[in-house]
Amino acid sequence: MNTPSKLASVRQHLAQLNRPVKIMEVCGTHTMSAFRSGLRSLLGPGLTLLSGPGCPVCVTPITYIDRALALAGRPQTLIATFGDMLRVPGTRSSLEHARAQGADIRIFYSPQDALETARNRPELNVVFLGVGFETTAVAVAWTIQEAARLGLSNYSVFCAHKTMPPAMAGLLASGEVAVDGFLCPGHVSVVIGANAYAALARDYGRPCVVAGFEAADMAQAIDQVLQQLLQNRAQVEIQYQRSVTWDGNASAQSLLAEVFEPCDAEWRGLGLIPGSGLKIRPRYAACDAERVFSQWEAPVSEEPRGCRCGDVLRGACTPPDCPLFRNACSPSHPVGACMVSSEGTCSAYYKYGK
Amino acid sequence: MSGQAAKENLIRLAHGAGGLESQQLLQELILKIFSNPVLNALDDSARLETPPGPLAFTTDSYVVDPIFFPGGDIGRLAACGTLNDLVMQGARPRYLSLGLILEEGLPLADLEKILNSLAAVLREEDVLLATGDTKVVGRGQANRIFINTSGLGDCLPGVDVRAANARPGDALLLTGTLGDHGIAVLSQREGLRLQSPLTSDVACLWGLLGPLLQALPTLHCLRDPTRGGLAAAVCDIAQASRVGIRLREKELPVKPEVLGACNLLGLDPLAVANEGKAVVVCPPGDAPRALEMLRAHPLGRESRRIGEIVAGPAGQVVLETRLGGERLLELPAGENLPRIC
Amino acid sequence: MCLAVPAKIVELDGDQAVIETQGIRRAVNVALIEAPALGEYVLVHAGFAIQKWSEADVREFNSILEEMEQAE
Repeated sequence: MNTPSKLASVRQHLAQLNRPVKIMEVCGTHTMSAFRSGLRSLLGPGLTLLSGPGCPVCVTPITYIDRALALAGRPQTLIATFGDMLRVPGTRSSLEHARAQGADIRIFYSPQDALETARNRPELNVVFLGVGFETTAVAVAWTIQEAARLGLSNYSVFCAHKTMPPAMAGLLASGEVAVDGFLCPGHVSVVIGANAYAALARDYGRPCVVAGFEAADMAQAIDQVLQQLLQNRAQVEIQYQRSVTWDGNASAQSLLAEVFEPCDAEWRGLGLIPGSGLKIRPRYAACDAERVFSQWEAPVSEEPRGCRCGDVLRGACTPPDCPLFRNACSPSHPVGACMVSSEGTCSAYYKYGK
Repeated sequence: MSGQAAKENLIRLAHGAGGLESQQLLQELILKIFSNPVLNALDDSARLETPPGPLAFTTDSYVVDPIFFPGGDIGRLAACGTLNDLVMQGARPRYLSLGLILEEGLPLADLEKILNSLAAVLREEDVLLATGDTKVVGRGQANRIFINTSGLGDCLPGVDVRAANARPGDALLLTGTLGDHGIAVLSQREGLRLQSPLTSDVACLWGLLGPLLQALPTLHCLRDPTRGGLAAAVCDIAQASRVGIRLREKELPVKPEVLGACNLLGLDPLAVANEGKAVVVCPPGDAPRALEMLRAHPLGRESRRIGEIVAGPAGQVVLETRLGGERLLELPAGENLPRIC
Repeated sequence: MCLAVPAKIVELDGDQAVIETQGIRRAVNVALIEAPALGEYVLVHAGFAIQKWSEADVREFNSILEEMEQAE
């Protein structure tokens, strides 16, 4: 079935349901793909595709940036980061501004390259900003394990990794968001497996379809959610069969468990969600920036006034509902994280939305 | 290599001090490569003869990193970039000035290569290097070499191709594949460890567009999609002309390798720099002839019609996606950075 | 939240591989893949292979891409 006929099927099933439907995707890459491909513009008025807190940059608390900046100010310290983080506003500055002022901040595509830099530059303290969900945490975990194996003393990770299923449960438990079904994040699910959402579907009665990222994948996944709603089912299904299995990647999962343990985590705009974060286990303390660096002062963090990123991340409002959207807040002058990240909901609406 | 010989192989602060070493550099390297009657006079200012009529005058500085990349180097870029700015104004390039800021320690062999690249472009395009300057800064104060070039050209009579000139109904043409330069340069950045067969498209577009402008003086706009890519160029036109633009995604030519790099790193091919391409806006009746002429030239073989100018909303660029949906194209903000999300 | 692309393994040395996608090559860590082999396809995120793709998976993906190319 090609995409146009999948879309026709979506419209047909919507008509049969005969009520407005809200589906939430919790992956920034889904947000981007839906906009970029023009899929959003083709879904029709009865279907709202909500963007949830699936952008790891957007949900990183402002205090994390402030503390990273405090580290960046130290001598002989290299802050290694994914490009996504560079322009996120902290309370007073950003990594981009700090770099302009002389801090050693470098962008890496892969944490393995940052580790390599640490090996080649023993005089530098390399601190990797560990942001991202399970997919990315796995890569960072490997570097921590390898650094330990090599006995490196100059590589550490400032860990702010988060996990998806607890966040989705937290959203539903709060009762604030009326969502009929979920598109589950395809690549996170490669690691954790589709079974990870079974409790969600069962306890909250929402269809959960693990979706791929091409427009064709998303259209099909949306249709699968609608069909479940029509049939009063609330199950986990895998649309993204070429990448996702029920059990996930076992080696990746054991690596995660070996290096990290669950912890409570602060999500920007959502507050504390129990068990939704990852922290580095004591046996890898030598790679935990929190333990390696002492007397790590950062000025008090403040959220920007008027910013509704939190509501946007919960799916409780859309970017145009925020008073700052397109005024004080734009991609060139972002106030909140949702606008900075290229896949933040506000950024996507600004750039691609019609 | 003896200490003496080693010293002679590198740029030293003395080369910028205006004395003996500066003269040696000028005579033995610069004049040797660029010799022409205007430059050889070595006056404080060049005295130029130009035909009557408006002149186009432009300046640009080049800080590309790395300075040597597949398909070119900073010298070639410094010539083509500035000459193209003249061409985009509808002017025939005539003269160039060359300002060099060299970092102490730059190998002379590198400088020679770069200057030869620049000179080769000027020879091909029959442009004279009229005047120049060389300064040297201490280690760490410049990234090996920075170049500023200013260009002077004569505006073709009856031609007005400013960005503000687009009109509803006009056709939008693109002269070739998107993103080649930006990805070729990016692939050489050490931190990214990409191996790619891509070469920069850096080229002077006078040969491609000069005859077009002369045959079709009714062309409305020319714009080269350099920094910020195609997205920046079309947004500029839409803003300046107070018109809307509709583009068709499936008409946009992008090499598989550019797509591959963009997909891997999370970049948008429409925001990646090009240095040998142009956007042409013309009355719809001229489009078939324009395409024919463009495609007849080696730099324009992949020319396509990619969209239209519409009445409005003013300043808005809409991309009709492959899927048949629509999305807005906005001015890219910030650097085009690799990302994981 | 996760950009990942399918790519073919063109060089392999223990945990370190070189993958190729659409003519672009890059070093990638394959430690998380069981018994990776030359010529196999893997899904790559942040320089790490996170999943193997079968021939059928590659075919499915290619047909999605072809459909996009030919869309009216």
